[in-house]
Amino acid sequence: MLSYIFRRALYAIPILIGVNLITFLLFFVVNTPDDMAHMHLGAKRVTPEAVEQWKAERGYDKPLVYNDSAEGSNKFTETIFFENSVKLFMFEFGESDEGRDISYDIGERMWPSLAIALPVFVIGLLANITFALIVAFFRATYVDVWGVFICVVLMSISGLFYIIGGQYLIGKLLHLVPISGFDEGVNSVKFLILPVVISIIAGIGSGTRWYRTIFLEEIGKDYVRTARAKGMPENVVLFKHVLKNGLIPILTGAVVVLPMLFMGSLIMESFFGIPGLGSYTIDAINSQDFAIVRAMVFLGSVLYIIGLILTDISYTLVDPRVRLQ
Amino acid sequence: MNGIQRLVLILIFSLLTACSEVWNNPYPEEDDGKNILYSSFSERPKHLDPVRSYSSNEYTFIGQIYEPPLQYHYLKRPYELIPLTAEKVPTPVFLDKNHKRLPKNTKREKLAYSVYTIKIKPGIKFQPHPAFARSGSGEFLYHNLTAEQLEMVHTLDDFEKSGFRELTALDYVYQIKRIAQPSLHSPIFGTMSDYIVGLKELSQEIKKAEDELKASGTENTFIDLNQFHLPGIKVIDKYTYQIKIKGLYPQLVYWLAMPFFAPMPEEAIKFYSQPGLKEKNISLNWYPIGTGAYMLSVNNPNRQMVLDKNPNYRKVLYPRWGEEGDEEAGLLRDAGVPMPFIDKVIYNLEKESIPYWNKFLQGYYDTSGVNSDSFDQAIQFSGGGDARLTDTMLEKEIRLSTSIAASVYYMGFNMRDPLVGGLDKKSKKLRQAISIAMDYEEFISIFANGRGVAAQGPIPPGIFGYVSGVEGINPYVYDWIDGSQKRKNIDVAKKLMAEAGYPNGIDKKTGKPLVLNLDITASGPDDKARLNWYRKQFQKIDIQLVIRNTMYNRFQEKMHKGTAQIFIWGWNADYPDPENFLFLLYGPNSKVDVNGENAANYSNPKFDELFDKMKNMPNSRRRQKVIDEMVDIVREDAPWIFGFNPKQYGLYHHWYQNAKPNLMSHNTMQYKRISPQERQRKRNEWNDPILWPVILLIVIFAVGTIPAYMTYRQKEHMASKG
Repeated sequence: MLSYIFRRALYAIPILIGVNLITFLLFFVVNTPDDMAHMHLGAKRVTPEAVEQWKAERGYDKPLVYNDSAEGSNKFTETIFFENSVKLFMFEFGESDEGRDISYDIGERMWPSLAIALPVFVIGLLANITFALIVAFFRATYVDVWGVFICVVLMSISGLFYIIGGQYLIGKLLHLVPISGFDEGVNSVKFLILPVVISIIAGIGSGTRWYRTIFLEEIGKDYVRTARAKGMPENVVLFKHVLKNGLIPILTGAVVVLPMLFMGSLIMESFFGIPGLGSYTIDAINSQDFAIVRAMVFLGSVLYIIGLILTDISYTLVDPRVRLQ
Repeated sequence: MNGIQRLVLILIFSLLTACSEVWNNPYPEEDDGKNILYSSFSERPKHLDPVRSYSSNEYTFIGQIYEPPLQYHYLKRPYELIPLTAEKVPTPVFLDKNHKRLPKNTKREKLAYSVYTIKIKPGIKFQPHPAFARSGSGEFLYHNLTAEQLEMVHTLDDFEKSGFRELTALDYVYQIKRIAQPSLHSPIFGTMSDYIVGLKELSQEIKKAEDELKASGTENTFIDLNQFHLPGIKVIDKYTYQIKIKGLYPQLVYWLAMPFFAPMPEEAIKFYSQPGLKEKNISLNWYPIGTGAYMLSVNNPNRQMVLDKNPNYRKVLYPRWGEEGDEEAGLLRDAGVPMPFIDKVIYNLEKESIPYWNKFLQGYYDTSGVNSDSFDQAIQFSGGGDARLTDTMLEKEIRLSTSIAASVYYMGFNMRDPLVGGLDKKSKKLRQAISIAMDYEEFISIFANGRGVAAQGPIPPGIFGYVSGVEGINPYVYDWIDGSQKRKNIDVAKKLMAEAGYPNGIDKKTGKPLVLNLDITASGPDDKARLNWYRKQFQKIDIQLVIRNTMYNRFQEKMHKGTAQIFIWGWNADYPDPENFLFLLYGPNSKVDVNGENAANYSNPKFDELFDKMKNMPNSRRRQKVIDEMVDIVREDAPWIFGFNPKQYGLYHHWYQNAKPNLMSHNTMQYKRISPQERQRKRNEWNDPILWPVILLIVIFAVGTIPAYMTYRQKEHMASKG
């Protein structure tokens, strides 16, 4: 298994280079270094000299990916892309264009993101499985029909509606929790209730439908028929046999998102004023801070690759038939 | 009573007792009833270093911390410059080219230099800061941090000791030298280097030193600016310094009221230049050090920023006089009382306007602006068109204050464009026709919720030179009918079009329809309606408007090269002087020639001559006459369609006092007062938790499970039967 993980890690390198290159090209197609300089130096009384100096200080005065005026390998190394990318692979994210240390900010901001993502992940998974089992148990009854209908309705509503509606109903009208904000430690609980509840409700439609499909597929299999033929009660069939086998795709699907929990939610964090990595990324995009955008995309890619490797490993753990070679 | 019954009773009791408390309070309970003002920031400030900072969201913080020598009177209008740390507002002494003193009424041609002598008040102290901390033997404790010391440090609070010292003239001089430091990118360096003697040369010297430092590979970035000589600045004694400028520049005193000229202690620069601190985001850019009423005690731009009362702040009294009506408005209730009144100001990160607005209505924020999302909920217009609060706001005793910003948003013509530019009659008439067609009253109504007034010239209301009423209207665009201004009929514009050689929008020479181009920066889907509106305005006089949508960089390039045709631009006042608006139309300040702020590249010799005369005049009837003449010229030439002056709406809870919009002052927090007990009372009244919908939901869910349970039983029964 170790050699498999090592091999996968090596495969990750060209993927990360590719992701980095695409991010770089997309970002610089939309924003030029001059745009970035103007954005950071402000609109008033900015001289061309100040713009040039700003670019030179950050190495943005060099060509993007190919330096025609350089010699030999310097044609590729003395470029914005190379100089900014190499350090990423050593997880040195450097400074943002505002002059703040990116690694420090990521370290600070990943915890609030995790504080929302983790309960949403755990409670959401449990809620989705529970509802899916109930709906599957009552298949072909009014519970199933209405359950699926409600799921489709929940899926059809925009995430933004849940946020604004939730803040309005629970925070503004009922005064049950603060509308937005964040605090540290135990004090953060009251701020997390609303975003967590909203995230779970927003995800319950799609989650329940998906898991219901998995459970229904399992219910149709021979071993279930055998269990029923042996006279097992329906709840034992469902919770002991169907749930156990149905969890394989569910767990492997869940493992892949585990590392991504650190990355936060872009919209949710903005609306609830949660200082996580999601809002950090959005802010960076809005302020054309390429250093942060690049670091966040790179981090996201690394975490996603880790998630995929973990998924492969989890297959071997939950299904003894699978072996990694 | 069994266990379950007991549990249910305990639960019901807890819910009922909890009903008397507030559940949605976003602040810690221990802060209830404290003298704390709550505000927010939607994006973290980029720079808190006064040499760089140039935007209003940054001035919100540093305006309370850093103290330049001058300030604006909080209550008086028109805005009046008064001393802040200075003993008095300096008046210049004039010198000839041999540095000999000239009498005050000397002709401008003989004048080579102006010298401003600024004497600061003795006894002003800096806030406590580790940069000033000294050991018993007088050595600085934290100017040579070791790796072990650094390991223990994560924020500025981690330094155990702090110190302070008295403010001196040298601190002001140090800061002026920092304006010339290239790596600091001071936005006013370009402007100031034109005036302060030797500033440009100093910048080159510092650049050389910075390059050498960089080449040496040392991690400490400290450059001792005291080693550099700046001929334009002289320290006279501990409390007095002089600024020598080239020629005449009366506007310098306005700059002296901006944080660019706030004092900077050398100890702070030495402290923050140490290696290892920047990696922890401990830098001058994030941890200011000043003499103002407040100091930044918590700086977490990711979540919260907190200003605490500066314990070293001197005795400063609330103004005893204001303008007419201030007394009746209760703005002089605190006259002569020492400030600041508020102990702490907490700014929370609030990125979206809707949560902020809802929290304001719940009493968790003390003031609010009015944006488009909340406008209809807060404001309604009376029959006469006056904005007033809705009944919901009045019920909550919220107060409204409006003020017209010292800003102008305009549509400019590139005066070097062969079609729309030039000062010939034909092009003037074309521009005047478009000015009439562009119905900015409609624009304000549709796109700004009525928050603005159609501009009549380049000078906004509140700035000397602005004229209101019938004398103040733009006669090329408006008529004065029944006591109010009315935009001229579109037929007048069509007639002008015909006279310009474009009857019905057809170029008489070529026989082709007139097509004009509006150059704008790349815009999102939200801007579509606005762009369509522009097209429709031009269509009114049969002009086809092509929107040339480009990226910001390309747009800038077009502006620099003078290839844009029509563009949209704006300007916020740096200081309340007409020069700060009229220089936007001054020929030698053109964008194409010198990358100046004259984006229209307008050049009218008569206007320029009057500008040269006006800029050095004190506010007087004579100056007003010159300004009137200049405004008449630009109205006729119409290099701009004078767009609109935005109107700012502010909402205040009744416990928030001494609130008067002041668009020029930055240190306004110290004047504000709140009544924390009243706020707490209202918060409790407005935020009672409502539980019955939750209970109802639980009941519905419980009732809903009964048929499901019955179905389950039935299924089980059938299964057992086979």
